[in-house]
Amino acid sequence: MKVELQNITKSFDKKTNTIDNMNLTIEDGEFVALLGPSGCGKTTTMLMIAGIYKPNEGAIYFDGEKVNDLEPKDREIGMVFQSYALYPHMTVLNNIAFPLKQQKVPKKERLERAKEAAEMVQLGHLLNRKPSELSGGQQQRVALARAIVKRPKLLLLDEPMSNLDASLRIEMRAEISRLQKKLGITTILITHDQEEAMTLADRIALMKDGRIVQFDTPMNLYNEPDNVYVAKFIGTPPMNLVEGKIMYNKLQIDKQTYPMDKSRFHLEHGKEVILGMRPYDIQLGWTEEIRFLGKIELLESIGHSKIIHANVFGKRLQLFAKQDFQAEIGAEVRFSVQPAAIHLFDKKTGKSLRKAAPYGDEMFVKDAALQ
Amino acid sequence: MKTVINKWKLPAVMLGPFLILIFLFFFVPVILTGILAFTNMDSAMNWEFNRLLNFEKLFSDPDISLILRNTLLYVLFTLCINVFFGLTLALLTTYFMKKEQFSLLFRTIWMLPRMTPPVIYALLWIWFFDPSEYGLLNGIRSLFGLPPVNIIGTEPMLIIILANGVIGASFGMIIFSSAIKSIPEDLFYAANIDGAPHWSIIKDIIMPAIRWPFMFVTLWQLLSLLTSYEYILLITNGGPLNESEVLALYSYHKAFQSFEFGYGAAISLVLVVIALVCTLILWKLFKVKDMIGPSRID
Repeated sequence: MKVELQNITKSFDKKTNTIDNMNLTIEDGEFVALLGPSGCGKTTTMLMIAGIYKPNEGAIYFDGEKVNDLEPKDREIGMVFQSYALYPHMTVLNNIAFPLKQQKVPKKERLERAKEAAEMVQLGHLLNRKPSELSGGQQQRVALARAIVKRPKLLLLDEPMSNLDASLRIEMRAEISRLQKKLGITTILITHDQEEAMTLADRIALMKDGRIVQFDTPMNLYNEPDNVYVAKFIGTPPMNLVEGKIMYNKLQIDKQTYPMDKSRFHLEHGKEVILGMRPYDIQLGWTEEIRFLGKIELLESIGHSKIIHANVFGKRLQLFAKQDFQAEIGAEVRFSVQPAAIHLFDKKTGKSLRKAAPYGDEMFVKDAALQ
Repeated sequence: MKTVINKWKLPAVMLGPFLILIFLFFFVPVILTGILAFTNMDSAMNWEFNRLLNFEKLFSDPDISLILRNTLLYVLFTLCINVFFGLTLALLTTYFMKKEQFSLLFRTIWMLPRMTPPVIYALLWIWFFDPSEYGLLNGIRSLFGLPPVNIIGTEPMLIIILANGVIGASFGMIIFSSAIKSIPEDLFYAANIDGAPHWSIIKDIIMPAIRWPFMFVTLWQLLSLLTSYEYILLITNGGPLNESEVLALYSYHKAFQSFEFGYGAAISLVLVVIALVCTLILWKLFKVKDMIGPSRID
């Protein structure tokens, strides 16, 4: 089912907009993640799509049909809540069969379909348990089965994995991905975990303060962030950001100048900018064109490699080194980065200075500058 | 020995006064009632054991079948009003009324009778149903040219059930409201999305969640109704001709009007036994054992 949000505004106190003029189009069968920090309006957006909240302004379309006034039960949606919201006194089987019971599906068929859904999430052996007798991961599977049992056209997942431990989370991630592909169901996932969004979603809508900052594929968000906020949010460790100034086609940081690619960026003399470099793009040694000299402040070993925290221009930058890298704390370290791998942002507006960037599009936040 | 004293010194000092109070005011009366029930104590305050004479007298009392019938009707119907009307009010003010200001106002209004002294509350009922033309109901009836009626005289049970039911409902309302409010909002959202109508949400989500408070309110109200008689005393005083006399009031009448303390105590003792049996039945009925059982997680 194709889902469209047009100029959606939602306010709870009539003073501030929780959701501010949001536009979003989700194609049929697509897996979209709403990504953002807590309090940015992800859940509000989802509850409006579910029909629990009504938008103050704007319209929501399912397959081109306006559904603003449609009751949740008539929207053909399934939803998994962060708390799972399982009915505590019902057995697993009855929990899963509950939506079918409301649809007046005959008892025999109802139980068969519920069992089928339970099998799909590998719960077949726990059908007679109560939710309180299940572990977190099992409860999550019940919630998932309950959401898909009525074969909804849209699946809504509200932080489904935030209460699971790390290994279970990776397992459930694979499970959800497999299930979504198998059923071909349009899915919206809410998460604050960028890794979860990157691995699961076809496209990610990155949100901030009730607005969508960038809506694109995970790789585009990573490679071509439209502003500093996106650049900072996507990628671990986060992008290194250094403030500087454009001096005649060159970038000046402290007293150093670096050549900039004029064909890639809008370079305006005197403009204050932010230079962004992904830790993975930085090479040890002066092999590339843009070179830095820093002092090692901290070395972290993460198994397959080491993270160097280096002090350059009074800023701490992170870069990767090989597993066997050895150095003293306080030692000097040389590193460099390719001109093609850097990002430049306007310091005042936070927008990317990349020439292909959708410059001036009002969909993107105005004040997403370094915070 | 010394360490034992040291260990118990502080608890004894802290708990002592209260243990004495509890003993004096809770235990002693129970024991006294039990003893008095087997004596012939009267206003002269001298007493002798008379074995089961009081109980023989009670069960051969010509009024006893009427009084037991009244007690049953009074407790059963008032309990139903207390619990189910309280539940209805709670559902109205929490599930159906989403604006907290309105539901708070509504609940406060229902709490008002609880805050007024029982005498005033009883007086209002007496005034409302007064058989003379100055009674509120008869005043209204006279506006339509209808003759005055004496409902307290003809239907005393109805009046005392209504009076106790209305005031008692606020107790259930408060307990149920807070229980319903503590149900996570997500459950209601989930039920909405699953397509559950109001009736199903009440039956499948609210009722199971408030089973424990429901049992508590039922049991508590049952016990207090069995032993309470102040509104009956004030409105009908058990009359006319014992038609609204209940067991608790009968015990009061025997003890403090006929000054047959021993007989009154025997009636109270029967009441205690009835209350115990009722509690046990409800305990089984609500399957409290299952509810407090442990959960299994692997």
